[in-house]
Amino acid sequence: MTAILFVLFAAVAIVCGINVVLRKHPVESALALIGTMASLSVIYLQLGAQFIAAAQVFVYAGAIMVLFTFVIMLVNAGAEEKSRGAWMARLAGGPLLVALIAILGFVVWRAFPGSEGVTFGGYTGGTAENVGRAIFTTYLLPFEITSLLVLIAIVGAVVLGYKELD
Amino acid sequence: MNFYLLSVIKAAVVVGVLMLALLYLQWIERRVVARIQVRLGPNRVGPWGLLQPIADSLKLLLKEDLIPPGANKALYVLAPFLAITLSLISISVVPFGPRVTVAGVPTWMQLADLNVGVILILAISSLTVYGVVLAGWASNSKYPLLGALRASAQMISYELPLGLTVAAPLLMSNTLSLRGIVASQAHYYWGFFPAWNVFRGPFPQLIGAAVFTVAAFAETNRVPFDLPEAETELVAGFHTEYSSMKFAGFFMAEYSNMITICCLGTVLFLGGWLPPFPGLDAVPFVGPLFWFLLKTGVLLFIFMWVRATMPRLRYDQLMRFAWSFMFPVAMANLLITALLVAWVG
Amino acid sequence: MPQSVPLAWYLALSAILFTLGVAGFLFRRNLITMFMSIELMLNAVNLSFVAFSYHFKRVDGQIFTFFVMVVAAAEAAVGLAIILTVFKNRATLHVDEVASMKN
Repeated sequence: MTAILFVLFAAVAIVCGINVVLRKHPVESALALIGTMASLSVIYLQLGAQFIAAAQVFVYAGAIMVLFTFVIMLVNAGAEEKSRGAWMARLAGGPLLVALIAILGFVVWRAFPGSEGVTFGGYTGGTAENVGRAIFTTYLLPFEITSLLVLIAIVGAVVLGYKELD
Repeated sequence: MNFYLLSVIKAAVVVGVLMLALLYLQWIERRVVARIQVRLGPNRVGPWGLLQPIADSLKLLLKEDLIPPGANKALYVLAPFLAITLSLISISVVPFGPRVTVAGVPTWMQLADLNVGVILILAISSLTVYGVVLAGWASNSKYPLLGALRASAQMISYELPLGLTVAAPLLMSNTLSLRGIVASQAHYYWGFFPAWNVFRGPFPQLIGAAVFTVAAFAETNRVPFDLPEAETELVAGFHTEYSSMKFAGFFMAEYSNMITICCLGTVLFLGGWLPPFPGLDAVPFVGPLFWFLLKTGVLLFIFMWVRATMPRLRYDQLMRFAWSFMFPVAMANLLITALLVAWVG
Repeated sequence: MPQSVPLAWYLALSAILFTLGVAGFLFRRNLITMFMSIELMLNAVNLSFVAFSYHFKRVDGQIFTFFVMVVAAAEAAVGLAIILTVFKNRATLHVDEVASMKN
């Protein structure tokens, strides 16, 4: 059952990922990216990461992608025109990508040959309580620094978008 | 009976009841608003106008189903589906009652108890922005686009106070699962006073409940925050270009969002299916359900009461209210709750 | 179909999504689509972290995922503000035309 669900949602994720890259209109790419994030959230649930799965939907699909969709609609640029890329990119791009994925795949397959498989319920330590305890004890300093980082980002975004009312 | 069959039966029951509730919530709202405005409301179609929703549904079904020219067809059709699907998903984690034995099978009166149930409801409600935004965008017309941008800005601005006020009772109940939150409110002070989250120490969540209710009005696009779909302002806002069943889809999605948020408020603040005095839910299966429906009904009545009574806020007043008032109050509520819980608990 | 899924499949999915993100970033010329490809790469890396958190039965992988999400949110906010400013000044989102500092 775990395997069937994984294959199903992995297929959805890959198809949506291909759509993100190939669609001409940014709104369709954004929707495909939301589909990828939602299917990844299900895969996180399989891996026992309950809090991260919920946070993925909440933060990524519910906030970051809303921001993206907003900006796409505000800018209203329409579909992208075909551009004449450099001939070198078109020649070597495809094979280099295939090489990249081949190398990554080789490393992945060799590194974990006989490890026990993943079953739903195999790891129950991903609860909000565990994650919260780790964040607020072991990783407190990175947490505080990340909060400062978000504050800086917000201030930066406001400064960038500020319009003088004159 | 194995788990899957039981789940399917429970899901069918919940969906059936919810659909009926959606239909008749509209009737109740029209009668309540009418009586508050000293008029009668629909009372001709059937006894007391009870067949009015059916007449409305028939009318909407038989209307012409058009797609405006230049609209993005896929998104145009997807938006109402998305709106109503997302608003129905959150009902699956709401507990309607305790553990019961139905025909010899012990089961909880809840479709699924997630460890992170509260975050799921918040996450789904943050996804409902997409129904609005895609509807406005796909209609290829200026009023829907403006209405959609305003509605989505309003919804994401009020998600913050909503999330912060939801976090405070979580601190007191010490769990994220809705079943656990109800269970943590199950005791009684001095033998008779209910320990619901609005009443119990260390910090009774009265301010939290008030801020939650106001943020709920804004999240569901109800008066006084319904500028994005107001008839006098933006024709009909983001669903201007929608007709027949797709419009009915948005309509149902709005009521379904209302019901979900009221259920969440009941569970978080008013003790879910627990009776106000011990022993009042002696009747199994019906007792807890009665109290849950009563409390949710009170919250829904407040929604309708406010709709009949208050004028709507202008867009800049609405946004200023969210960021200058609701957000600091919600943060202060959370801070005080956290300090008191850490000090006492 | 095996009853349990080998861990390598999760990592392979992460590799495929990462490669797709790289392809999108390098081959698309629309600023916002390039940005979305970056988010796709970050998601692929998140999947790797969570998969390893399962493998080693520690929660630390998920903590790092949490931080990656937060940083991605901050980066999206600033990046989109920059894109809006670029669009306001150049009226285009085509990255080849925002090349006035070249040569």
